[in-house]
Amino acid sequence: MAATGNPIRRATTGEMVGILIAAICSVMFLIIAGKTEHSGYAFHALVAMLSAFATIFLIGNRCFQPGPFPAPQEINGKPNYNMGPVKFATIAAMFWGIAGFTVGLIIALQLAFPVLNLDLPWTSFGRMRPLHTSAVIFAFGGNVLLATSFYVVQRTSRARLAGDLSPWFVVLGYNLFIVIAGTGYLLGITQGKEYAEPEWYADLWLTIVWVTYLLVFLATLGKRTEPHIYVANWFYLGFIVTIAVLHLGNNLAVPVSLLSPKSYIVWSGVQDAMFQWWYGHNAVGFFLTAGFLAIMYYFVPKRAGRPIYSYRLSIIHFWALIFLYIWAGPHHLHYTALPDWAQTLGMTFSIMLWMPSWGGMINGLMTLSGAWDKLRTDPVLRMMVVSLAFYGMSTFEGPLMSIKTVNALSHYTDWTIGHVHSGALGWVAYISFGAIYCLVPWLWNRKELYSLKLVNWHFWISTLGIVFYITAMWVSGILQGLMWRSYTALGFLEYSFIETVEAMHPFYVIRALGGALFLIGALIMVFNLWMTVRSGELAGSESDTSVSPQLSLAH
Amino acid sequence: MADPHNASNEIDHVTGTATTGHEWDGIRELNTPLPRWWLNIFYVTIIWSIGYWIAYPAWPLISSTTRGVLGYATRLAVEDDLAIQKAGRAVQSAELAGATLDQIKADQALLRIALAQGKSAFGDNCVGCHGIGGAGSKGFPNLNDDDWLWGGTLAAIQTTLQHGVRATTDNETRTSLMPAFGRDGILKRNEINAVANHVRILAGQPAEPKADLATGSRIFEQNCAVCHGPQGKGNQELGAPNLTDAITLYGNDLASLTETITNSRNGVMPAWGERLDATTIKALTVYVHSLGGGQ
Repeated sequence: MAATGNPIRRATTGEMVGILIAAICSVMFLIIAGKTEHSGYAFHALVAMLSAFATIFLIGNRCFQPGPFPAPQEINGKPNYNMGPVKFATIAAMFWGIAGFTVGLIIALQLAFPVLNLDLPWTSFGRMRPLHTSAVIFAFGGNVLLATSFYVVQRTSRARLAGDLSPWFVVLGYNLFIVIAGTGYLLGITQGKEYAEPEWYADLWLTIVWVTYLLVFLATLGKRTEPHIYVANWFYLGFIVTIAVLHLGNNLAVPVSLLSPKSYIVWSGVQDAMFQWWYGHNAVGFFLTAGFLAIMYYFVPKRAGRPIYSYRLSIIHFWALIFLYIWAGPHHLHYTALPDWAQTLGMTFSIMLWMPSWGGMINGLMTLSGAWDKLRTDPVLRMMVVSLAFYGMSTFEGPLMSIKTVNALSHYTDWTIGHVHSGALGWVAYISFGAIYCLVPWLWNRKELYSLKLVNWHFWISTLGIVFYITAMWVSGILQGLMWRSYTALGFLEYSFIETVEAMHPFYVIRALGGALFLIGALIMVFNLWMTVRSGELAGSESDTSVSPQLSLAH
Repeated sequence: MADPHNASNEIDHVTGTATTGHEWDGIRELNTPLPRWWLNIFYVTIIWSIGYWIAYPAWPLISSTTRGVLGYATRLAVEDDLAIQKAGRAVQSAELAGATLDQIKADQALLRIALAQGKSAFGDNCVGCHGIGGAGSKGFPNLNDDDWLWGGTLAAIQTTLQHGVRATTDNETRTSLMPAFGRDGILKRNEINAVANHVRILAGQPAEPKADLATGSRIFEQNCAVCHGPQGKGNQELGAPNLTDAITLYGNDLASLTETITNSRNGVMPAWGERLDATTIKALTVYVHSLGGGQ
């Protein structure tokens, strides 16, 4: 630091403003921590205060760092990419991934063996379940999206990430949100909306972070040196913009007071339910689909060394997906108080969504034409291809389940859980694993992964886990649905609810086994990545990444 | 860079397809046309959706919505489904409704229907406390044995079901209140210990070696016998349990007995007559009576 003999640099205006805001906030958080009567809220105020202190230190410390300031946009005519925030988000993704998979395994075991709730509020299923869903979707998935979007937008724009402090603010601020949300669930702070559990203050913080994310992304696109915006960036932008809109719409809540974590949502009754599932379904559509399709559009052609199959398909399926997805939410509320017309629209738009969803799968899979042989030798590419197969399966199953007569059987059963996990484990996690296996050697300038053999082990163990998981849930869900609607010959319900619960037990055990295998696979991955960074052979100077030896100009 | 709106003259040799001529970080794009099958299925789903919109309620208008030519509404569909189920059971329901409990008991055909309906109603309403097989658990009576708190005849069971036990919403509910002897200061600690030991003896269990059984016996006579009887045989008129058998609702170990005598228990059951129709109560009565202990 200063000991290296570098002169202390004067802080920029941005840095000074950052320190000032952090200082004011730290005082405010201290006052809130002291005055609130809610211990969990006081804890959060203290976490926020410590984060503000850390912000002051981290910004101040920059003035003592050696090296040119501000960081140059280009070095030797090549863009000087800002990979620090990307590295941070990549590590955070793996950390939260392991945490989220572990909690998932615990709650799967709790369902099979209720005694594991331990009779404590903090470890009960009701608090652990949102911890699991938020950890895997928003913490793991969110950090993967942050890491890859910041990587891809720089590489495909041939421009350094816009902003100086702001990219760091985005990744650190987002992870602070995760900490506040997750600890809040365990302490019983929740607004009770599925996938939108964090209370008003966490939501406000996320809004600030997310708008910054949008601005950084847009500004980076704005300073691109490529004439066109690459398709992956359309998907990232669609994801960022829509998540902002969804987050605001579904979290319009009035806090009881500044000193209380509790708030009341402005929507009521069936309108609240409709807003909730407009949000919930598009969290799937834009967070878990559009965002991860963006990952696919960069990492699959990159790894396969082949051009994207069809530019036209990418345009049509992008706009069709964006336009149709936003309507599909009401299919979560079939046969409820939601008016029939809204149920109809939710169902029909889900059906029309089938092909636009498959457009991404086709474009990904067909990109491999001319490179199918690589599936034998490259388990990373295989993982991404299998993720596209799971994506195709889930996006067929989804429209199927949105049909009202199918939904009458599937709704409220484990079939839904199986469907979600074939998408979440098979598609989202696998494309993420593939992308991270690519990213880590690139980011840490390693020639290759520590061991492709371990990737192979990861692939097969976790694929087995996924198959156990989703088949157990299909069987259990359909069994459950059939038992619920089963009548005796005399016209009476054949099974009591508790009998259907008992019937689930063996499938819950198999599901937990599947989850355990998936977790083991992810642990192998962490070890592999750790060894890659620690002992991998350094790559030479960055080679030309042009990957199209099979192209030539026609005359 | 080629004009983005025209196919470039760059060709991919593997597929023979032209690229768009753009390149990002080494990634190029082929200018492959949309797959026909993909486009056709997409069109089919759109046409099917339009058809569905015509058939079913679909688009919101200013003050109402399109109704759809089929006249479908979820509420009507539910009512229809329920009506069908009800119609299917109409004859047997009428027979059950018109028969007394004893007639049902005596008629094999009626009994079969009542047991089927009773089992279903029991599964929907009773298993939460009494368990799937009616075996009960701590605080919730076992319905399989012949030890009854409020009587095990068909009529007694029916009354208990209809009006509940200590149900605050029903004036005719089964009620009796055992005092909280310790909490309300009626008995002292050592007296509670003594009488708890006495109850252990009544139930054929060993008492503590140092227990003051003489005091226990005296206190039982003064405070407990009025409901539970001098020999502790209980009284079904008052829902006072028989203390001499091994069957126990809250446990007959010393700690549980001490807790029961100190704070009393006074469990409750809802008055099911408020929630279920008379025929269902009748069927439940016959079903519970059949579980093993009917008198």
